[in-house]
Amino acid sequence: MSVAIVGVAESDLGDTGLSILGLQTQAITRALAECGLSLADVDGLATTGVSRFSATQLADHLGVVPTWTDSTFAGGSAFEMFVARAAQAIEAGQCSTVVISFASNQRSARSRSLGGVYEPHTPEAQFEAPYGALYPASYYAMAAGAYLHKYGATREQLAEVAVAAREWALLNPVAFRHESGPLSVDDVLGARMLSTPLTTADCCLVTDGGGAVVLTSLERARDLPKPPVVVLGYGEATTHTSMTTVDDITITGAAISGRAAFQRAGLSVADVDVAQVYDSFTITVLLSLEALGFCGLGEAASFIQDGLIRPGGALPLDTSGGGLSYCHPGQFGVLLLVEAARQLRGECGARQVAGAEVALAHGTGGILSTHATVLLGVDR
Amino acid sequence: MTESMQPAQPDEMTQAWWDATREGRLLVQSCQACGHRQHPPRAVCTGCGSTEHLDDIESTGLGSVDACTVVERAPAEGLTPPYVVARVRLDEGVILLSNIDTEAPYEVTIGDPVRLTWRELADGRRLPIFEPAPEENR
Repeated sequence: MSVAIVGVAESDLGDTGLSILGLQTQAITRALAECGLSLADVDGLATTGVSRFSATQLADHLGVVPTWTDSTFAGGSAFEMFVARAAQAIEAGQCSTVVISFASNQRSARSRSLGGVYEPHTPEAQFEAPYGALYPASYYAMAAGAYLHKYGATREQLAEVAVAAREWALLNPVAFRHESGPLSVDDVLGARMLSTPLTTADCCLVTDGGGAVVLTSLERARDLPKPPVVVLGYGEATTHTSMTTVDDITITGAAISGRAAFQRAGLSVADVDVAQVYDSFTITVLLSLEALGFCGLGEAASFIQDGLIRPGGALPLDTSGGGLSYCHPGQFGVLLLVEAARQLRGECGARQVAGAEVALAHGTGGILSTHATVLLGVDR
Repeated sequence: MTESMQPAQPDEMTQAWWDATREGRLLVQSCQACGHRQHPPRAVCTGCGSTEHLDDIESTGLGSVDACTVVERAPAEGLTPPYVVARVRLDEGVILLSNIDTEAPYEVTIGDPVRLTWRELADGRRLPIFEPAPEENR
């Protein structure tokens, strides 16, 4: 493929007291600055979570007139979807420089609610809202319970995802839990129960934060300051919005998105040096690893024991500390891309995966509703 | 158990389903063309695409727990944890989200047989919920 990521950046993270558009502006201007570009170069804009007219609003705010925008609202996976659409738009000549961005101030604005939001005209408002599920936590909890029941896995095995994420966060100075010390399996199991079998430590953080990714043609990327991070493949799948549509909630659309991405890239899971897999909940990682083909169905719980996904493990995963211990601004997908690109450029300091040449970023949105996989690689 | 939140108002696709709850009948949409069953009611069969052959059958109210969780923190006022949220697979084949009404929420397990009961709503509609039905173990 002929498109590359040339600039990446985070906004301020954590508890910022800043506005959504202010955080967006930080991330975008920082990402453009690091690759020697400016807002005047931007003719493509993809974002969500700003307002009903997200990309339109952001374009106005930044004073740009894009010839291509995308505001696909697909939760945390939207940003991996945006990479695919951006690559297609650049290859088709509709635009030349795309910014993909997101920011949220949900922690400082206290805008997150446990019950989520049911739009009154949707079937879920009639048939699901009355039952008092936490949204999305109870759906992931049901998936976790079904997984543990089906395969005889344990909460301790599930907790390893959170324990590993914390190990990575201890190596990332900007991680929300950087100063929190290690997390033990007992800490995870002993945290406040939210929706069985998931405790608050099985659930991602609620923080402010944002990120931006700049893409352009590979040809142009080679003239810019940062080593190009080449888009090698992508795929996506959208499976449901209702909690009752999917027959088996332990099997996700990541199987479809992953297969498409690997096929397009001509790669297999064995080629992946570092994986950024959306960890909205601990269970999300197990289900995604299986669906993406890193191991068989029912095997992920034992697959990740013995430090496989921790620093120094054979499958370094969520090396920023992930949504569980680094930052989770509500839609984490853009920050998966930021970390994947930095790993491929060798910029990650204490948490750098030596010699990483292929990175996977896999986004999940809603209640395991939307899935999008992107494979990135160094320029060879 | 728990006071439930009010479901949103029916639309033209779901009116018959909610009306039936007033008479204590649980309907499942069934396609006379392909045999597919679906919930909630729609204007199209997701099995074959027909818009002409959808009909309703009445559920026996028997099913089993497909997945479940005990909610320990209330998402809204009027809800009193702990309570069970579950996916119930009806014998007719479709899955409903529901509550399992029980004094022992932590005992509810995947595969448990359950049977329909109703929760009265302020507007006269009824909300289908389920209770353990160990004698129905089949």
